[in-house]
Amino acid sequence: MAGFYQELRDAIAADTPVALATVVAGGQVGAKLLVYEDGRRSGSLGDAALDEQVAADALAMLAEGRSETRTYQSGDETPAEVYIESYLPPRRMVIVGAVHTAIPLEKFARELGYYTIVVDAREFFATRERFPDAHELIVAWPDEALSRLPLGPQTDIVLLSHDPKFEDPALEVALRSRAGYIGAMGSKKTSAERNERLRAAGFTDEQIARIHGPIGIDIGARSPEEIAISILAEIIAVRRGRDPRRGGRGLRPAKADPVDAAGERGA
Amino acid sequence: MRDILPTIEQWRTEGEEIALATVVRASGSSPRPVGAKLAVTASGRMAGSVSGGCVEGAVFETAREVLASGQPRLVRYGISDEMAWDVGLSCGGVIDVFIEKLL
Repeated sequence: MAGFYQELRDAIAADTPVALATVVAGGQVGAKLLVYEDGRRSGSLGDAALDEQVAADALAMLAEGRSETRTYQSGDETPAEVYIESYLPPRRMVIVGAVHTAIPLEKFARELGYYTIVVDAREFFATRERFPDAHELIVAWPDEALSRLPLGPQTDIVLLSHDPKFEDPALEVALRSRAGYIGAMGSKKTSAERNERLRAAGFTDEQIARIHGPIGIDIGARSPEEIAISILAEIIAVRRGRDPRRGGRGLRPAKADPVDAAGERGA
Repeated sequence: MRDILPTIEQWRTEGEEIALATVVRASGSSPRPVGAKLAVTASGRMAGSVSGGCVEGAVFETAREVLASGQPRLVRYGISDEMAWDVGLSCGGVIDVFIEKLL
């Protein structure tokens, strides 16, 4: 498996999705095969037929961000146990509104492995002094900034600006995206009023139901740090298929989802 | 992996020999999921984890054997293991850990 670490490390550093298959028992233990999204491969598990089967499974698992050990039987030989691990780029968190709560939220999200993007139209809010380590700091109208960002299932959007002037147009962009999570700060009353405005703008109840607002799970949070934790706790619950609004009981089985925001399971 | 990558990179620049332990199967209420990793150097440094701390000591020993022999190992830890009293998972889970030398 000479050089595999190097190649894996380079793929991770370049945010290139890749699956790494390793024979862990039976067959040529330790042999490795790297499989990229486009089907490109590198290495071998020591058996061409096994490589084919594993590469096909690895592609499917990579698409879902799954990692597991599977058993492969070929002929009369001892079955080979192959561990396939998906490496996806980190999840992204877009924080709209560079307000006080955004500071601990960005920091804790980064701690969880997120790639963080902070957006605010007000340049005295979105400063490097306030967000020294955010991966991206964008000074622009939130709806324009969101329109330019890739907002797929691996992206979570948190709106903290609390001001309809900034927030409504941004929410409209968010609702039209496939973002994994959409949450908006505000009391029950302002959330209800916002939903009413979105309904008037033509969004369906089903679309509006994607918005988590009031944002966060109720842990009695008060300080910006505590609120950030309640928001992140909610996002984790949603990603694992739990509905925190129902006492944390699962409504559906946890989706095949990378275990942590760093785009991989556990590690 | 991503979280221990900077540490591994640092070790490599220092010329350390490194073994990587990965949870490749987990059942029951195991504390860390499949994919969890622990890196160990021949000189005795550690980064990451494969459990809540219950089996790291045993994995550490095996990892150093793997570094010495160059032969990867697949080891099962858990209550069904004969060594349960020594290195079992208190939570009742079972994990399979693959330990290999990083090349």
